[in-house]
Amino acid sequence: MILTVEDLNFFYRNREVLNDIAFSIGKSEIVAILGPNGVGKTTLLKCLNRILRPREGVVYLDGQDIFRLNGNEIARSIGYVPQRVETGKLTAFDAVLLGRKPHIGWELKEKDLKIVDAVFRQLSMDHLRLASIDEMSGGELQKVAIARALVQEPQILLLDEPTSNLDLKNQVGILTTIARVVREHDIAAVMTMHDLNHALRYADRFIFLKCGRIYAHGGPEVISPRTIEEVYGLPVIIGELGGVTCVVPVNPPAATDA
Amino acid sequence: MHFADGEVPGEYLGYVHKKVLWLAGGMGVLLILLVYSISVGAVAIPLTDVFMTITGQNVSHKWDAIIWNIRLPQALAAIVAGCGLAVAGVTMQSILRNPLGSPFTLGISNAGAFGAAVSVIVLGTGTMQSRVADAVTINNPYITTMMAFLFCLLATAVILLISRIRNASPEVMVLAGVALSSLFTAGTMFLQYFSNDAQLAAVVFWTFGDVGRANWPELAFMSLIVAAATVYFVVNRWNYNAIDAGDETAKSLGVNVERVRLFGMVASALVTAVIVSFLGVIGFVGLVCPHMVRRIIGDDQRYLVPGSCIMGGILLLASDTVARVIIAPYVLPVAVLTAFMGAPIFIYLLLRGNRI
Repeated sequence: MILTVEDLNFFYRNREVLNDIAFSIGKSEIVAILGPNGVGKTTLLKCLNRILRPREGVVYLDGQDIFRLNGNEIARSIGYVPQRVETGKLTAFDAVLLGRKPHIGWELKEKDLKIVDAVFRQLSMDHLRLASIDEMSGGELQKVAIARALVQEPQILLLDEPTSNLDLKNQVGILTTIARVVREHDIAAVMTMHDLNHALRYADRFIFLKCGRIYAHGGPEVISPRTIEEVYGLPVIIGELGGVTCVVPVNPPAATDA
Repeated sequence: MHFADGEVPGEYLGYVHKKVLWLAGGMGVLLILLVYSISVGAVAIPLTDVFMTITGQNVSHKWDAIIWNIRLPQALAAIVAGCGLAVAGVTMQSILRNPLGSPFTLGISNAGAFGAAVSVIVLGTGTMQSRVADAVTINNPYITTMMAFLFCLLATAVILLISRIRNASPEVMVLAGVALSSLFTAGTMFLQYFSNDAQLAAVVFWTFGDVGRANWPELAFMSLIVAAATVYFVVNRWNYNAIDAGDETAKSLGVNVERVRLFGMVASALVTAVIVSFLGVIGFVGLVCPHMVRRIIGDDQRYLVPGSCIMGGILLLASDTVARVIIAPYVLPVAVLTAFMGAPIFIYLLLRGNRI
């Protein structure tokens, strides 16, 4: 296990957001954190690399308590891709190079440039090297953010809704890229997600949050109409379509009213 | 992870090389401008004589006196103040995540002006010497400077205190600055209402930033603070780049965002306080300069900080040179000119939008 969470409780001022969260993540694993809006998915993700500090609980990174590590030590093991990527008058290469920050001493080394270059090749973004990120599309920006997290040489990638704001083709493109990177580099990824179909297709394990607690946790077998109805308050059917498992809501709420 | 197939990309190195050339070019322009600025004025000095005198060769006693006592300290003060205001501005824009950030965002200039007003009106340190109108004289410029500096630090301390209580968020810092600005402005107005004509003139005159005010020891002190702060900002260039990418990204890259923000603010405030108390209020350089440089070499702090520093020096020295000769034999305080030029330049940059 490279990341283990124990008894995590998180409060925003006096409001309890997360309660008694515990799970662990192994190598080459993609974990989807699922649940309705406001349930604390993003909060949980941010607790994993100490962007937020939980009130109680421990997060072990490779057996070490992350609250005893310094910022650079965490950043050399955990890469984070935020939901919204900030832009500026910066080339994609410079934006990705920033990801080397936890490794950089006083000056950049040749190795730093080589790693950034390699990631650009691996994500097929060669042509974007000197493009300004403030002129990029949502999909390209998302790739830059993922590339930035990858050049940190992390063992774990944390992604906050990596497909929000993307069109269908880009959603599939980004998730395929993430899945490929996880397999190729033998790392782990934790993603918060809204789209259950994408989650089913790309994730190996699923954590359903309800009212700040883990409601269900496990492999594809935990995704059942009952679980989803309990968590999201919406009845669904699950079926196969062209060999792909799909989750479809049966009665939109408006139709129920009628 | 394996990234063995990476190479050092030539096109990127070329791109970086261009930025370095811009910086080197800027340095060259600054040096040429320095010599030119010293040569022009009420008495024109040949460029070669200027160059020889400042490189330590004795050309004539008259030139020595003019250059070493008047023009060189004034030109250097313009460069140091320009550098200081510009790097303080670029840092404030980054740590406050606000393109309108400037050295004066935190209300420091208003605090300095209030300090000077207290000194002149309450402590009676008198009236300031003007090179235009002899009516205004100041008895004790040191106390005025000290009071201005003290109030600048007081404003900084208050903002620091508020930020500590409310977790150093950019919004809190900006709003606290707005509040302090108006508080100190009100205080200055209150004092001015009860002052006599000479005192009022001195207070108003003090606020016109003028780089001709500094003598060598003051210049040395100012240079020391500006140099130390610039080095600090350069050391933190990656931290500012990370904060520009968003607080969450910065934190995920191991940056202690709150601490970088707080220390950066204190360093900017200190630089601004020193410049304001020695020279008065010089507006727009700290706001406009970083944006001019952004248009040329982009938002990367590795080049933006040194670039702004050089551009600040060029801009203020050029403004001061123009201010000295534009309505000769009268000499305008440089702040009048920067305020005049700043607004149109800023609007022009906004309208152009794209990079040069």
